[in-house]
Amino acid sequence: MNFMALKQPENSLLGSESDSQRTLYPYVTGTSVAALEYKDGILMAADMGGSYGSTLRYKSVEQMKPFGKHSLLGASGEISDFQEILHYLDELILYDNMWDDGNSLGPKEVHNYLTRVMYNRRNKFNPLWNSLVLGGVKNGNKYLGTVSMIGVNFEDNHVATGFGNHLARPILRQEWHENLSFEDGVKLLEKCMHVLLYRDRSAVNKLQVHIFLYTCRLHLLDKSS
Amino acid sequence: MDLEMNLNAPHSMGTTIIGVTYNGGVVLGADSRTSTGMYVANRASDKITQLTDNVYVCRSGSAADSQIVSDYVRYFLHQHTIQLGQSATSKVAANLIRLLSYNNKNMLETGLIVGGWDKYEGGKIYAIPLGGTLIEQPFAIGGSGSSYLYGFFDQAWKEGMTKDEAEQLVVKAVSLAIARDGASGGVVRTVIINSEGVTRNFYPGDKLQLWHEELEPQNSLLDLLNSSNSEPMNI
Repeated sequence: MNFMALKQPENSLLGSESDSQRTLYPYVTGTSVAALEYKDGILMAADMGGSYGSTLRYKSVEQMKPFGKHSLLGASGEISDFQEILHYLDELILYDNMWDDGNSLGPKEVHNYLTRVMYNRRNKFNPLWNSLVLGGVKNGNKYLGTVSMIGVNFEDNHVATGFGNHLARPILRQEWHENLSFEDGVKLLEKCMHVLLYRDRSAVNKLQVHIFLYTCRLHLLDKSS
Repeated sequence: MDLEMNLNAPHSMGTTIIGVTYNGGVVLGADSRTSTGMYVANRASDKITQLTDNVYVCRSGSAADSQIVSDYVRYFLHQHTIQLGQSATSKVAANLIRLLSYNNKNMLETGLIVGGWDKYEGGKIYAIPLGGTLIEQPFAIGGSGSSYLYGFFDQAWKEGMTKDEAEQLVVKAVSLAIARDGASGGVVRTVIINSEGVTRNFYPGDKLQLWHEELEPQNSLLDLLNSSNSEPMNI
């Protein structure tokens, strides 16, 4: 009876919340994702926690998923919206494969697609409540980019979402350099996740790390000759 | 957009629901209290609802919302079974619930736990909280009473329990939650689903273990006075 009144903020400018189809606030959320480019590809890390308000409710949530041949998507924010984005992407990849033309969507193209999706949802006041990190390798070219829930997007050598923006990016700016080895890349990412565990209340002490390697063909041919 | 207030105050839902996998199937459990504000509208409700022969769902949150979602999913699953030519899997049931919960997240206020057994994956439990996230887990807890059970399950849950161990764990857990959560109460109902079929059990309040500060049930004060004890206040 009184529950409905509690849920809606008093905001007459936007009309009664129950009228329109809008996502107002997240329920089950994932926290920071951090990623960097290293010598042979992309490293991306996130913890496996799904928070429900202040409760650390789920401890085996996958915040990152590879898809297509070339890409890796990580997301913080509302988990149900991330699951929905994965569904959109599966469809995208499917239609791309159906052309059967030997070409496949690379991470740069997917990043652009996601930017359009996020920005258009924001314009309709019905955002997908996520900050996305899109990384991958196509034809030997590494790519790492990010899109926020309001459509802010850019490409960089190292990115982070959520609390990671405040805690991980300064560390990455200081210590990242071109041609990081795999070990150094992992150590750097672990340092970021370490700090996040100390200072982010919604962090849990269980990590998932994805390693995206150069597609080997061109590389191996060079080495053998 | 007032993020701070909403992120830190998830809505409480009057119920305790649990789903647990064991080696051979699943056990679902729930309390039986439905409240309207402070009044107990139904003290013997059945919150474990059938979707198909082999898949059941525990409902929490708004009674109306959870009932209508279950009804739609039961309807879709029935059609799916006819088209498929065999029983639906628990994964399909869970995904149908997710679709409805996610696509209507602005209007619905219900958290559900789907549990079932199918020949491909055996016993599975899927949690679908507010918002429509789908998450497969070895066990799941939900409803307002679940707040009191996170620590309990962290300690008491073990992989590879037998059917009886699993059911006892569920009954104990719901009973503990009822002891502390005002929005949970009544009896403990369980549903066990495995390859052999479905078994429903019922545990009335007086058959449950006593917890801290709880007293042995008595029929009347008169029994106490007439018994050998001369000090009825000191029990």
